[in-house]
Amino acid sequence: MELNARIPSGPIQDKWDKARFEMKLVNPANKRKHSIIVVGSGLAGGSAAASLGELGYNVKCFCFQDSPRRAHSIAAQGGINAAKNYQNDGDSVYRLFYDTVKGGDFRAREANVYRLAQVSVNIIDQCVAQGVPFAREYGGALANRSFGGAQVSRTFYARGQTGQQLLLGAYQALERQVQAGTVQMFPRTEMLDLIVIDGHARGIVTRNLVTGDIDTHLADAVILGSGGYGNVFYLSTNAKGSNATAVWRAHKRGALFANPCFTQIHPTCIPVSGDYQSKLTLMSESLRNDGRIWVPKKKGDKRPPDQIPEDERDYYLERKYPSFGNLVPRDVASRNAKHVCDEGRGVGQTGLGVYLDFSDAIRRLGRKTIEDRYGNLFEMYERITDEDPYKVPMRIYPAIHYTMGGLWVDYYLMSTIPGLFVIGEANFSDHGANRLGASALMQGLSDGYFIVPYTVGDYLATNKLEKVNESHPEARNAVACVQQTVQKLLSIKGKRTVDSFHRQLGKIVWDYCGMSRTAEGLETAIAQIRELRDEFWENVNVPGSADDLNQSLEKAARVADFFELAELMCIDARERNESAGGHFREEYQTPDGEAQRDDENYAYVAAWEYRGYGNYPTLQKEPLEFEYVHPSQRSYK
Amino acid sequence: MATTVIGARETRPARFWAATNGKKVVMAITGAILFLFVIGHMLGNLQVFEGPDKLNAYGRFLRIVPEILWTVRIVLLASVILHIWAAVQLAARKIQARPVGYAKHENVVSDYASRTMYWSGPILLAFVIFHLLHLTAGVIHPGGEFVEGDVYHNVVAGFQVWYVSAWYIFSMILLGFHIRHGAWSMFQSVGINHPRYTPILKKAAAVLAVVIVLGYISIPISVLLGLVK
Amino acid sequence: MRVRLKIWRQKSPNTRGQFVSYPVDNVNPDMSMLECLDVLNEQLTENGEEPVAFEHDCREGICGSCGFMINGIAHGPLPATTVCQLTMRHFKDGEELLLEPWRARAFPLIKDLIVDRRAFDRIIASGGYISVSTGSAPDGNTLPVPKEAADRAMDAAACIGCGACVAACPNASSSLFTGAKIAHLGTLPQGKPEKDRRAIRMVTQMNLEGFGGCTNIGECTGVCPKEIPLEVIAAMNRDYLRGNWHARDNVVTTIRPFTEWSYGSKLQIDEQSQS
Repeated sequence: MELNARIPSGPIQDKWDKARFEMKLVNPANKRKHSIIVVGSGLAGGSAAASLGELGYNVKCFCFQDSPRRAHSIAAQGGINAAKNYQNDGDSVYRLFYDTVKGGDFRAREANVYRLAQVSVNIIDQCVAQGVPFAREYGGALANRSFGGAQVSRTFYARGQTGQQLLLGAYQALERQVQAGTVQMFPRTEMLDLIVIDGHARGIVTRNLVTGDIDTHLADAVILGSGGYGNVFYLSTNAKGSNATAVWRAHKRGALFANPCFTQIHPTCIPVSGDYQSKLTLMSESLRNDGRIWVPKKKGDKRPPDQIPEDERDYYLERKYPSFGNLVPRDVASRNAKHVCDEGRGVGQTGLGVYLDFSDAIRRLGRKTIEDRYGNLFEMYERITDEDPYKVPMRIYPAIHYTMGGLWVDYYLMSTIPGLFVIGEANFSDHGANRLGASALMQGLSDGYFIVPYTVGDYLATNKLEKVNESHPEARNAVACVQQTVQKLLSIKGKRTVDSFHRQLGKIVWDYCGMSRTAEGLETAIAQIRELRDEFWENVNVPGSADDLNQSLEKAARVADFFELAELMCIDARERNESAGGHFREEYQTPDGEAQRDDENYAYVAAWEYRGYGNYPTLQKEPLEFEYVHPSQRSYK
Repeated sequence: MATTVIGARETRPARFWAATNGKKVVMAITGAILFLFVIGHMLGNLQVFEGPDKLNAYGRFLRIVPEILWTVRIVLLASVILHIWAAVQLAARKIQARPVGYAKHENVVSDYASRTMYWSGPILLAFVIFHLLHLTAGVIHPGGEFVEGDVYHNVVAGFQVWYVSAWYIFSMILLGFHIRHGAWSMFQSVGINHPRYTPILKKAAAVLAVVIVLGYISIPISVLLGLVK
Repeated sequence: MRVRLKIWRQKSPNTRGQFVSYPVDNVNPDMSMLECLDVLNEQLTENGEEPVAFEHDCREGICGSCGFMINGIAHGPLPATTVCQLTMRHFKDGEELLLEPWRARAFPLIKDLIVDRRAFDRIIASGGYISVSTGSAPDGNTLPVPKEAADRAMDAAACIGCGACVAACPNASSSLFTGAKIAHLGTLPQGKPEKDRRAIRMVTQMNLEGFGGCTNIGECTGVCPKEIPLEVIAAMNRDYLRGNWHARDNVVTTIRPFTEWSYGSKLQIDEQSQS
């Protein structure tokens, strides 16, 4: 299979215009004759379904939650970037493009990133018009803040709930289309397989999570906006229900999976407190604007923080990166936290934590200012840990937060299966090896509102699709596969719970394919994952039946896919013999411990092709060319 | 796929009334009328302390123009009917809205008065009926003859019966609770709420409720203590 | 610490439910209420029993999936906290906790502690939006929004749609939920053009769903995890009243409430046109 990214020719500034002009259009009167399936109702899926509905297509939107408003985009706190240059501080589309490519450690596709930066300005306009209550200046203009180490203020925000407000905007637009009759919403319905007929994606098989019904839904195009796969790690900042089943089943039907090893660790999460822990809670990155990160200089120093004198503290980020200090990008901050904890200088009972200290900021700015800026975050921290961050420094530790990898897509966001489009976190396209803060919301909305509605139209206008029905052998085959998996899971009746397997899988991946990786460790992980997977299929205990609401069954099907995906992550990580962004291979680092890229040999997208259960996947390479942003060693010193 | 339902051809006021929000607006407006009446009535009643002549003169004054008297009475009656009608329908809706009740339910922030409106209301209705029969129509008048026109006599004779006074006092305390909630709640129902003024309004409602209760019950208490004879 | 969980178990909407009592030992005071249920479910699964079905997703208090009554209080005793962030240290060692689902006719029970809250989606679909199609928006700074208005809109927009307001209301009214959306959109200049229509449609849909009426009791705000103020209900009443006054036609579009989960039939949109 030859990967063709279909990047339009011409200067980068004109590519998207050119592409849009060259796209074929669907006659307005014919739009309602085309049906489109959207899986997922988050920022990407929700906005795509709403926009396609507005255009007049016949849309079916699916989510596993009880309402489209619950998609995990809702939990994003910090903000959304846009190259508006409202602050007159020298921002531009080009600068946002440049920062994103560089921040992604030169493993993203330039043309896609440029388009993302271009479209970012429209997103803000759209969201404002929808009634998203962005923060404002007294004069009534939109407020901005600098975020995640950016040197310009280009982040728009709605308190600490930007993701929630943007999602509700998309959700409301979606519900408007539901009422208008253009979108049919299927909550509590999970996609369990993709139907591919004559090489084109033509539908999905779903399980109704209330009645257990396995249904076939056919369409002219399928769009996956089902989010990332951070829950492979069991403990992550993702929602408990976030899963990779939709993308993984599509992968098994022929869609290539790109850069699975590029996962992002967020540096500021509340540390794990016990083995019952079900998820990790993120504390907004904005805290690093005023908080200072430190650990004791001495190993195993168990004194309470206020009894450690100033000269026995190591403000390691400020020491190592004098120009960026505590605001270094996420991957750098996370790796350093792990590093000091590995040295035995971690704090808290588990020794897996570092201090994020606001006492200087409180002394300098007053408690009131700090309260205004971070009040709700401090409250949340206290609620969870029972410690008052105004008095005791916060304890933080990195946690899995986002996955840059995902299904491979071309410039038109179409996967290697014609008619299957992938948007938002589920695809791989825009963030390279590391995502900058406040960029995920931007990507989800740009894909959903402004890109996929055009490109799907082009696909529909240029492909003549035969009419198909549910009795097509491929559709029947997909249904049979799903039924078989469900029955198999229920029939094992082993001794271990689904969660116990998931927890163990997560620990393996975290230990060997987490913040730092080695070839040897990854080999170990692959062997362990395979062994655990085999045990899972022999010894898992899924209680209940298939014909009603059965949460254990839902989890089991997702975990089964996580096993296979985890293995692919490790394979990809081992294959990539360099360090880049979130992928840090201990063998490849600069003398002072920074990630060492190998542009000569690894400036490509690793796209993996599924080769059957247990078989080694085939690697396809999409070379990355950097015409505009020249690869350099990222330096934040 | 839009289906047009041609059912009962409701007019806009009918739909307004059908919505719980509309009913609450009606309850707020009728409640406000009744609230003003309660204040006026109390001020009139307090003239009992100025002696029989004054009070009886006030009674006669009210009857000088029967058209005005009956207009007021009709407005009050209509208010009472609408107020109760809306309340009954809301109460029915409340029962329908939670067919399976909680095994345990705790209240977190609400006050006693707001939760007991459904109880204080019907008891007040019973009181009003008794009160009209007692002191307006004179049909039920324990404690001596009802003398048409001699308001002072009727009041004093009536309240000298301890259980009449007790019932009156009990009802007035319930009225106090009803006003405690109703006097600010009617603003909320028509859409007036402001973080600065509503707390003041709530306090004012509480103060007014106490004043009204004290104003009304001062009469039977004074009669029982022999201060008014 | 140890607790005893007395949980409402009901297999399906049409079967009888009952409370079943489960002891949970080894409760860590730092775990959340939901993690405590996880521990119980692991035990139940290992013993061959069916685990307790409860709704949850983000577990950081924002998605609005979780929620049930703990000892008669929606989301439990800690103010402004969903059950996913309610840590066990707020309970006493050995305490018995009564876990009961939201109860309202408009929230039919699905299983154990899970109820169907699609009525909320229908209320939003009936008018809880600003009608602006993708691409038709002017520049974000074209319309100045006073900071105060933006802040107030944000206060109302913080609603997570969990349903605790309905659960706690003695009338089972959804006025806080509906009011929050009406106040959020109505406070912003962008939302003003369709203010009247929005209020009429949303209120009509809310009434159609079988929620009770608001009698200004205020329990809803007491349990609201986002502390949405009662003020939003006044905003709803105001907009509804004004909308009815302004309205020149009698057409209200509503969605016919439904409770089934098999999707054989499509959504029924009712246009009630009146003389």
